[in-house]
Amino acid sequence: MTQEDKENIIDQPEVIRHKMVTIEIAGKKYEVPEGITVIKALWYTGQEVVRGAGCLGGFCGACAAYYRTKDDPKVRTCLACQMAVQDGMSITMMPPFPARKATYDIQTLKDPKQDLFNLYPEAPLCRNCNACTEACPQKIDVREGVWKAVFGDFKSVSEMFMDCVMCGMCTPVCIADIAPNLVALYVSRAQGAHFTEKPLGLDTRIKEIEDGRFNDEWTKILKMTEKELADHCATVK
Amino acid sequence: MDIHALQQIVHQTRDARRKQTLPKFSPAERDQLIHKYHPDFRERAYRPIRFGPNVGDKTVVELATLLEGDSPIPDDFDLAPDYTTDVLVVGGGGAGCAAALHAHAAGAKVILATKLRLGDSNSVMAQGGMQISVAPEDSPVTHFLDTLKGGHMQNDHQLLKVMVEEGPSIAKWLLSLGVLFDRDGDGNLHVKKGGGSSKPRLLTCSDYTGLEIMRVLKDEVLNQNIQLLEFCAAVELTSDEKGNCTGAIFKDLDNHRHIVVAAKSVILATGGIGRLHIQGFPTSNHYGATGDGLCLAYRLGAKLMHIDTFQYHPSGAVYPEQLIGALVTEGIRSEGGHLVNAKGDRFVNELDTRDVVSSSIIRECEEGRGIRTMSGRIGVWLDTPLLDAEHGPGTVEKHFPAMMLQFERFGIDISKDPVLIYPTLHYQNGGVKIDTNSETNVKNLFVAGEASGGLHGRNRLMGNSLLDLMVFGKRSGLTAAGRAAGMSQGKLTVGHLKGFRAESKKHGSGNGVVSPMILPAYTRKE
Repeated sequence: MTQEDKENIIDQPEVIRHKMVTIEIAGKKYEVPEGITVIKALWYTGQEVVRGAGCLGGFCGACAAYYRTKDDPKVRTCLACQMAVQDGMSITMMPPFPARKATYDIQTLKDPKQDLFNLYPEAPLCRNCNACTEACPQKIDVREGVWKAVFGDFKSVSEMFMDCVMCGMCTPVCIADIAPNLVALYVSRAQGAHFTEKPLGLDTRIKEIEDGRFNDEWTKILKMTEKELADHCATVK
Repeated sequence: MDIHALQQIVHQTRDARRKQTLPKFSPAERDQLIHKYHPDFRERAYRPIRFGPNVGDKTVVELATLLEGDSPIPDDFDLAPDYTTDVLVVGGGGAGCAAALHAHAAGAKVILATKLRLGDSNSVMAQGGMQISVAPEDSPVTHFLDTLKGGHMQNDHQLLKVMVEEGPSIAKWLLSLGVLFDRDGDGNLHVKKGGGSSKPRLLTCSDYTGLEIMRVLKDEVLNQNIQLLEFCAAVELTSDEKGNCTGAIFKDLDNHRHIVVAAKSVILATGGIGRLHIQGFPTSNHYGATGDGLCLAYRLGAKLMHIDTFQYHPSGAVYPEQLIGALVTEGIRSEGGHLVNAKGDRFVNELDTRDVVSSSIIRECEEGRGIRTMSGRIGVWLDTPLLDAEHGPGTVEKHFPAMMLQFERFGIDISKDPVLIYPTLHYQNGGVKIDTNSETNVKNLFVAGEASGGLHGRNRLMGNSLLDLMVFGKRSGLTAAGRAAGMSQGKLTVGHLKGFRAESKKHGSGNGVVSPMILPAYTRKE
């Protein structure tokens, strides 16, 4: 290591000390290094992971888990690939939850805001308990989203649920049997397909391609030698 | 020193750096930099493949070993089909969903099999956006030239022309399904500038582009009632007496039984190889990115191309430890974020192509201007707070909510503090050679998406992957579906394994490796 290198070192105490902590996975105690992610703790404790791991980047919702920290009565939710373990933590992976998904043809909906009540008749039965919002590992105000969906504010719902990874943790906690993530997905798709302006520039471009506006340029380029093409590419700035 | 003390140099030099413009390297400088520092040029990481369609071609040791690996299926395996279909799609990411939806819409019976859940893929993580030339000052031709330049002029011209020309109609299809791309005030699609591109061309859904597209496509696959086989890993393909593809054999990961699917066409949409951790690199890839499709296609005689080149995304997280390898989206650099070394200096035009930027980061670190963590990792700073300074407070939070949340979980506010990054194994530039309908040299075997090769040349341009998935997923699906009515189901055999095993024996490759890998071996053994 050069002198410069030595000056530029970030201390990561949890890594150098390899402090071990005791955690509980599905009711069984294990010793694991402090600070590793919950998924890594599963691997560390010798478990084969097939269900319960997906993108490992916090985007796919496959690794939804429940956890409780020492002396805290509250059971919380997390994505196991995005949660660091700490001493005294108990963890259980969420089982796949059999939520009911409505099926629909998004393009031919006649009245998407009214159709919501046919597809998800339980949506207006929200009793405001807020459990869904508390269960969301993405910090979405799920309860507010359900109400906005019911009142037809599809635009707000689509914006609020852009962070939704479809982990489904809002569903088993709902006392009105709503699957808020599925409601929001329907609403977002309807917002996109029915209530968003058509981009005129896109149609223009599609027509230009169909009409062969770029054909001369293509002919010229595809006839070039490798050298000519490389020189031509260099002029594109 | 702690991270806050070391970060001060980034804050101190910010104003001076804002006045700077860094020119891009000349072609000669680029070549020199890449040859010296890019992992693709580390000779000792490579070896020639001993037998098969690409005999003698060099690739990384990790991949060569798997390609030469034995099939888990014995010669006398019982091939009575459990399912019969027109089109069998293997893989549930972007390319797989697109292929299944288009084949289904064209009237074919479709089965989609995936080794994890529908949608568990790299596609869902794509943050940067999707390149489509929709802006008036842009054109498909310019998109073509930018991509060619980025791919070191090695891209297949026909594949590339098809992709850039079909881009706009893909955008229209996705909009009609309800995908919410970012818009300008006039309702037109908002475009951002991506690394290596001469014009703003990235369509985005904030920094959740892949997630938004995949939420919609998954939902649509379910709405269309396409038959799914989840947690089923493809372990071998089947062939008839002519060597044409006729189906696949799966391992059900829940009960470890085998499932045989007879199909008139098979579309492999199995994605990339990041979880092979080539050259020991961390990866941004999903759990199942183990190159399974390459092994299956190779054993059946499909030719691979450009499999000696991989993309190391410039900005993989290095700190905190829990996020190692995770991507810090290129979007940050697109919006003006600087790369800064330990001395507080910029060292590359941040919007150069990924291979150039990665090589320059590796150079800084190897020459002692990197920042080292106590776990032995090394990196450089990405100045994220600069975006708020440049475009007003709240910019980072508004444009990069996914990144904000990811780091916030570990107590880091990236709108206030820079992040430490180093290249991470991100993408397989090459793959199975395909024609413009996405078909391989093996009849009725299609490959779409990252598992295919040729389109991206030797370096994929940012934002071209999502478009690749949609265009070639569609073309493979439509071609396979169109063919189904006029053909009968071929015989299911594993005859191709006989020749493969004989070759393997001749080259003394009986190294005990069985492929595909299916999942990486992370489970600690006592």
